[in-house]
Amino acid sequence: MSPLNLRSGHSDSGREYWRILEDPGAAQPPSSAPAGSPDALTRRGFLGIMGASLAFAGGGGCSRPPSEPIVPYVRAPESVVPGKPLYFATAIALDGFSTGVLVESHEGRPTKIEGNPSHPAGRGSTDLFSQASILTLYDPDRARETTERGEVRQYEDFIRALRAAVDAERASGGAGVRILSDTVTSPTLAAQRRAILRSLPAARWHQWEPLMPTANATAGARLAFGRDAHTVHRLDRADVILALDAELLAGTPRSLADVRAFAERRRVAAQTEPRMNRLYAVEPALSLTGAKADHRWPLRARDVLPFAATLARRLGVETAALPAQVPGGIAASALDALARDLAAHRGASLVIAGDGQPPAVHALAHAMNAVLSNVGRTVVYTEPVALPPDPGDTLEALAEDMRAGRVRVLIVVAWNPVYAAAADLTFGQTLERIPFSAYLGLFHDETAEKCRWHVPAAHTLETWSDARAWDGTTSIVQPLIAPLYNGRSAHEIVALLDQGAAAPTSGYDIVRGYWTSTRRERDFERFWRRALHDGIVPDSAARPIDVALRPGWARAAASDAPTPPRGLEINFKPSAVVHDGRYANNGWLQELPQPLTSITWDNAAQLSPRTAGELGIRSEDVVALDYGGRRVLAPAWITPGHADGSVTVALGYGRTRAGRVGNGVGFDAYPLRTSRAPWFDDGLTVEKVGTTHPLAVAARHHDMQGRDLVVAGTLEAYHRDPNFVRARTSHTPRDRAGQPLSLYPDHPDAEYRWGMSIDLGACTACQACVVACYAENNIPVVGKAQVQAGRIMHWLRVDTYYAGSPDRPEVFHQPVPCMHCEKAPCEVVCPVNATVHSREGLNEMVYNRCVGTRYCSNNCPYKVRVFNFLQYADWETESLKLQRNPDVTVRSRGVMEKCTYCVQRINAARIEAEKQGRRIRDGEVVPACAAACPAQAIVFGDLNDPASAVHRLKQSPLDYALLGELGTRPRTTYLAALRNPNPDEAKA
Amino acid sequence: MGTALSHATVPPAAPVVASGTTERDVVERVSAVVLARRAPLWWYAAAAMAAPLVGLLGVATLWLFVAGIGIWGVMRPVMWGFAIANFVWWIGIGHAGTLISAILLLLHQSWRESINRLAETMTLFAVMCAGIFPILHLGRPWFFYWLVPYPAQMAIWPQFRSPLVWDFFAVSTYFTVSLLFWYVGMIPDLAILRDRAGTRGARIAYGILALGWRGSGEHWRRHHRMYVLLAGLATPLVVSVHSVVSLDFAYAMVPGWHSTILPPYFVAGAIYSGFAVVLTLAVPLRRLYGLTDIITSRHLENCAKLLLATGEIVAYCYVMEHFMAWYSANPFDAALVENRAFGPYAPLFWIYLVCNVLVVQALWVPRVRRSPVWLFIIGALINIGMWIERVDIVIVSLHRDFVPSAWGNFVPTIWDWATLAGTIGFFALAYLLFIRYLPLVAMSDMAKLIADLRGKPAAARHG
Repeated sequence: MSPLNLRSGHSDSGREYWRILEDPGAAQPPSSAPAGSPDALTRRGFLGIMGASLAFAGGGGCSRPPSEPIVPYVRAPESVVPGKPLYFATAIALDGFSTGVLVESHEGRPTKIEGNPSHPAGRGSTDLFSQASILTLYDPDRARETTERGEVRQYEDFIRALRAAVDAERASGGAGVRILSDTVTSPTLAAQRRAILRSLPAARWHQWEPLMPTANATAGARLAFGRDAHTVHRLDRADVILALDAELLAGTPRSLADVRAFAERRRVAAQTEPRMNRLYAVEPALSLTGAKADHRWPLRARDVLPFAATLARRLGVETAALPAQVPGGIAASALDALARDLAAHRGASLVIAGDGQPPAVHALAHAMNAVLSNVGRTVVYTEPVALPPDPGDTLEALAEDMRAGRVRVLIVVAWNPVYAAAADLTFGQTLERIPFSAYLGLFHDETAEKCRWHVPAAHTLETWSDARAWDGTTSIVQPLIAPLYNGRSAHEIVALLDQGAAAPTSGYDIVRGYWTSTRRERDFERFWRRALHDGIVPDSAARPIDVALRPGWARAAASDAPTPPRGLEINFKPSAVVHDGRYANNGWLQELPQPLTSITWDNAAQLSPRTAGELGIRSEDVVALDYGGRRVLAPAWITPGHADGSVTVALGYGRTRAGRVGNGVGFDAYPLRTSRAPWFDDGLTVEKVGTTHPLAVAARHHDMQGRDLVVAGTLEAYHRDPNFVRARTSHTPRDRAGQPLSLYPDHPDAEYRWGMSIDLGACTACQACVVACYAENNIPVVGKAQVQAGRIMHWLRVDTYYAGSPDRPEVFHQPVPCMHCEKAPCEVVCPVNATVHSREGLNEMVYNRCVGTRYCSNNCPYKVRVFNFLQYADWETESLKLQRNPDVTVRSRGVMEKCTYCVQRINAARIEAEKQGRRIRDGEVVPACAAACPAQAIVFGDLNDPASAVHRLKQSPLDYALLGELGTRPRTTYLAALRNPNPDEAKA
Repeated sequence: MGTALSHATVPPAAPVVASGTTERDVVERVSAVVLARRAPLWWYAAAAMAAPLVGLLGVATLWLFVAGIGIWGVMRPVMWGFAIANFVWWIGIGHAGTLISAILLLLHQSWRESINRLAETMTLFAVMCAGIFPILHLGRPWFFYWLVPYPAQMAIWPQFRSPLVWDFFAVSTYFTVSLLFWYVGMIPDLAILRDRAGTRGARIAYGILALGWRGSGEHWRRHHRMYVLLAGLATPLVVSVHSVVSLDFAYAMVPGWHSTILPPYFVAGAIYSGFAVVLTLAVPLRRLYGLTDIITSRHLENCAKLLLATGEIVAYCYVMEHFMAWYSANPFDAALVENRAFGPYAPLFWIYLVCNVLVVQALWVPRVRRSPVWLFIIGALINIGMWIERVDIVIVSLHRDFVPSAWGNFVPTIWDWATLAGTIGFFALAYLLFIRYLPLVAMSDMAKLIADLRGKPAAARHG
C-alpha cells in the first residue's frame, strides 16, 4: 500500500492487492492531506503500520500496487513470495519514443529498471535515463497537491474549473482552447486528440519538445521525398557508416538499438573471421559517436552542409545549387577516400544526418543513401511513428496565438515550456496573461509557477498509457505502483475536455478502452494480458513505405545554405546526463560524470584548444556568451577534438524550480536558443569575465602517461598478428602457467570461479552501467562539493583517455569496476579482515567489520574503492527508502565500499539453482552493469564452465589484464580496443 | 663515542658539568623548579598559549566524531592525509628519548645524564600525540579495538598480515616500555622531592609516586638492575618501532612506498627529528631555568653531532630512493620521482630537501655546533622539514599512482591544521606541566656523575 495511505486507512490495503477497483480515484483520501506524505511519517508510526500491513497483506509490503490487474512478466501473482522480486514489463519514453523495460518490484515497490529483452529498442538493455527514472519516481520534491496560483485545491475543484472554462468556449467550437503536449506517439492519446478536435473543431493541439528529434528529419524527408517518412537506420547491416553531426550512440530514442547493432559489428573477439564496420564522423563537438569513430573530422556545424554536398556530388548525387566546397581541415584526398569507401559498400553503407542539422542535410543524406542503394537495406522508411507535426501546430504558432490574445484556455501536458521554449517566444510572460491555464507536471516547476492551475503528474511507473518505440513497436505502459501523490496522466487530463459524462476518466479505462475499440481479436483479454506480459503489442512496428527522391529537391534544399560566417558559432546540445533539463532533479544523473569530460553537477561552454588559446581562455574561466542580443555567463571547458571557431553549450541546466537537487546547477543556455536557430548559429562573441567557476570534475587526467592501460590496435594489425596484445613486453616474473609470481598461495578451487570480460572495442562510454550500478547497489549521491573534494561514490567508472593531437584526438574508453584480483592487494593490508576473498573468487567487503583505515584503497592500484567519508546515505527521507534494493546493505559513514560483482544476484541465482539441484547456468547471473549495457560490452560468468561466454572471451587473443604486470591477477579483464581505419586513407 | 666526541675532534668545548657544581647544587637547582610556590611568568604565558590549542584539539576531535572523517581533506586517491603524516612525525620525535636513555646508557655515555629526562619525557608525550592519530583517522574510531587480538565471541581475529596490526603492537609496546623506563628512572628523584617538599599535599603525592624509596643500598642495587634491564628492552624498540611504521608504507605496492630502504630510512629520520626536538626544547629550558651548568653546551654539541650523523644517513636515503627509481627501470617509480620534484606538490620536496639536507651541513662548523641560538634555529627547521617530508611521503606517493584517471590532489582543511596544532598544543601543555611538577633533570643520576667525576683528574671530567 502506498505510504500516502498509511495513516488514512491501511486496513483496506493488501487484500485488494490483485482485485479490480473500478475507480482508484474515488477510493483515495482528499489530496490536501500533507500529513500523509511519506516524509511526515514518524519512524515508529511507519514501523507499526508496516507490521500491520504485512499482517493484512500476507507480505503485501509497504506500497499499494495499482488496483487494476497488471500482469507480471515472469510469475503469476499467486506466487508472490516475500523477498522475491517480481518483474513487470512497461515502457519509458525519451523525447516521446519508448524503450521497453522490465521493472523489478519488491512486494509492490518498484526498485530497479531493466531492459525488456523482447523489446526491439533495447533488447534487454537500457539507457541511463530509464535507469535513473526510478529515482525520479521517489523524488521527495515531486509536486503533491493540485494548486491554483499556489493555493492548495482539491482535484475536483480543478475539474469543475476546467469544465467551466471549456464549456464557455464550446459555442465557438473551442476557438480559444489550446492543448500543448509532448511528441505524441501514444495511440491512445492520438485517439483522444482526434476525439477532442472533433468535439471542439476550432481548438488546436500543439506538439512540442525542447529537442524534437523528428523535426528536421521530417522536414528533410518532405524536402527529399515530398511526403512524410520516418527513417529507421539498420546499423546491423551497415559496413560503412557516415555520421553527419549525428549522435548515434547516446542520448536519443534511437540510441539503444543503434548502439547494440553498431557494437555487434565491432565485437571481434567472438568472431572466427574478424570483420568490423567502419564509422566516419564529422561534428563540431566531440560526441560519443565521434569518440568511437574510425575517422573523425572536427567541423563546425555550419560546415556540415557543404561537406555533405561535396561528398554527395562525388557520389553522383545531383546537388544543383547546394554549396560544395571542402571545408578547411579535411584533405580532399580524405574526402575521396571516404567517397570511395562508401561507394565500395553499396547497399551496406549508411549516411546519417544529425537531428540538429538543417533539413537540407537530411535531404542530402536521403539522396546519398538512395544513390548508394542503401534504401530498404541499411535505411528503411516507414509511416510516421509520431503524430506528424503540422506547421500550424508548432509552439511558435501557439505563442503567436497567445500573444494575439486568441488563447483563453491552455492546457499544458508537455514538459516545462516556460523553461525550455525558444527564448524569442517569451512563452512565460504571455502564459501569465492566459485566463485559464493548467499544467500537468511532475514538479512544481517553472511552468507550474506561471500557470494558473497545476496538477501533479503521475510518473510513468504510476501510469496507464501506451507509447511507440522509434521503429513503431507499441508498448502498453502499465503502472507498478499507485500514484504516490495522486498524480494524473495526460490521458486523464485530456479526457476531462470530453463532453460525454459517460466517457471514462481513469487512465486504465481510457487506455484499455482504446485498445478494445481497435483490436478485432475475439479474445481481447488474451491479447491484453499478452501485451502487458511481453511489454510489446505484437506486429506493431511501423510499416515500411516506398519513397523516391522528388525532382528539384536540391534546389529547394539550397535555401538552407549557410550565409557567410560572422563571429563564432554557437552549438546547442542536449546534456548527456539531464537531457533537455527534465532530469535536472535527479541526483544520480547530476552526479554522473559526463561522458568525455567527466564534469559533474555543471555544464560548460566547450571550445577547442586553439580557439581557447586565441581568446585567452582557460578551462573554468567564466566567459560571457553574447548572441542575438542576449548574454549568458558560463564556465569554459577546453575540449580536445572540438571544431575551431565554435562553442558548444549543453541544454538542461540552470533550472530555477527543478527541486532541491537541480536548482541552480549549471547555467541555462535556453535564453540563447531561438526558434530560428534552435541548434546552431553564428554571430556569437565570447569574452572573459575575469572570474572562475571551479567545476566538479570526476577525472581530470585523460592522458595515459605512456602506460599500458587501454591496449588498442587496428583490425589490420590484428589480422597481421592476432597475438599482438599478448606480445607486449613485460618484465614481470611468471610461473609455468604464465601467471605473475606471488608469495601467497593460490586460493583453493571452488565450484564457480566468477569473472568478467569488458570489450573496450564495444564500449561507447554511454554510462548506463554506472547509473544501473547506483540503482542496484544503493550508492549514495554526495553532491558537488564532495565530488570536488574527490569523494564521488561510484563503484564503476568509465575512464576516458585521449591520444594523439588535441585537435583530432583518438579517444579510448575503459569502464573500471573492481577487478576482483586473485592476489588482491587490498585484502592483505586490512587489519580487521573486513575485505576478504570468497571461495569463488570475489573480493568481498564486509561493511559491518570495516573500521575505515582506508589502507585497502591506498593499496588498490585501480582505485576502485570508495569511502563513506561522511554520512552520505540518506537515512531520513522516507520516499527514498522505498527505492532501495532490499538485497543490498545501505552503508553508514566510515566504511569502505566497492563493486561486489552484484553478489546479491549471484546468491539469488545460487538459491534457485540449488533448489533445482543443478549448477548455475551461464547467463543466469547478470550484474546490473552488464544487464544495462546497450553494447553488451560487459560479460560476466563462471570461468570454470568452459562453455561460458566469459570463458570463451578470455581465451581470445585480445584478452588482457589491466596493470597485469603488478601480479594482481584480476578476474576482470579487458578485450583490447580495435579500430578499423580505412587503409586507403591511411595511405593518403 | 663519548671519547671520540670529546677528544678526537677539536679541543673539547665545554665539560659535561660546569666545574664547581656540586651534588647539592644540582639537587637544589632542579628541585627548586618543582617546589617553587609560583611558576615563573613565562610558564604561565606559555601555558596560556598551549591550553587553547588543547581546547582546539578537543573541538576538532568532537566535530570529527560527530561529522566523520570527511571534515578532513582526505579523498580518493589520497586516503591517508595529515593524520598519518602527523603520526609518523610524532613517532619519529619520540625516538630520541629512548635512544639517549637506553642506548647511551648501555654504551656508558655518561653525558646523557643531564638531558635524558628531558628526552624521555619528550618521547612519552610525542608517542601520546602520535597515538591519537591512528584512532582519529579511522572511519569508525569507536571500533578501534578491533585491531586488538582479543577473544571476541565471533572468533574473529585481526588480520596479522596487515602492518597496521604490527603497528598497533609496536607503538603500544614502545609506549609501555618508555613509560616504565621513564618512571623507574624517576623514582629516586621523586623521593628527593618528597623529602624536600614544603606542603603536606606535595609530600603525600610525591610519597605515593616514590613507592617508598629510602635510598638503601639494596634499593639502589635493584633499581640499577631494573633500569639496565629496561634499557636492554627498549634498545631494540628504538629500531623496531619506526621500522614497523615504515612497513605500513613499504608493504603497500604504491610507488614511493614500496621500497626496502624504508625501515632504515625511517629509523634514521626518526632519530634525526628526535634530536632536533631535543635541541629545540633543551636550548630554551636551560636558559629559562638557569641550568646552563647542568645542561652545558657540551651536551648541545653532542646532540648536534648526532644530528649531523643521522642527517647524513637521511640524505643518503634520499639519494638511494631516487637512484633506485632510476635503476629499477620501473616506470611508475620514475613517474613518482618526477612528480615529486616537478609536480603540483614540488615545493614540499624542495623545502624539505633544504631543511633536512642543506641546513644541517652547517653543523660541520664547530662554532655553529656550540651556538645555542643556531642549534635552536636548525632544530626548528629540521622539525619543519621532517614534517613536510612525512606529508610528502604520504600524499605525493598516493595522489598520482597507477591509473591517471584516478589521480587527484589533496588539499588540507582547517580541521587538518586544527588537529595538528592541537597535538602540538597538547605536547606543549603536557611538557609544561611536567617541568612544573616533575624534575626535568635526573638529579640522582647527576649527583652520581658528579661524585664519580670528583675522583678523576680534571681532564677526565670532560668525558
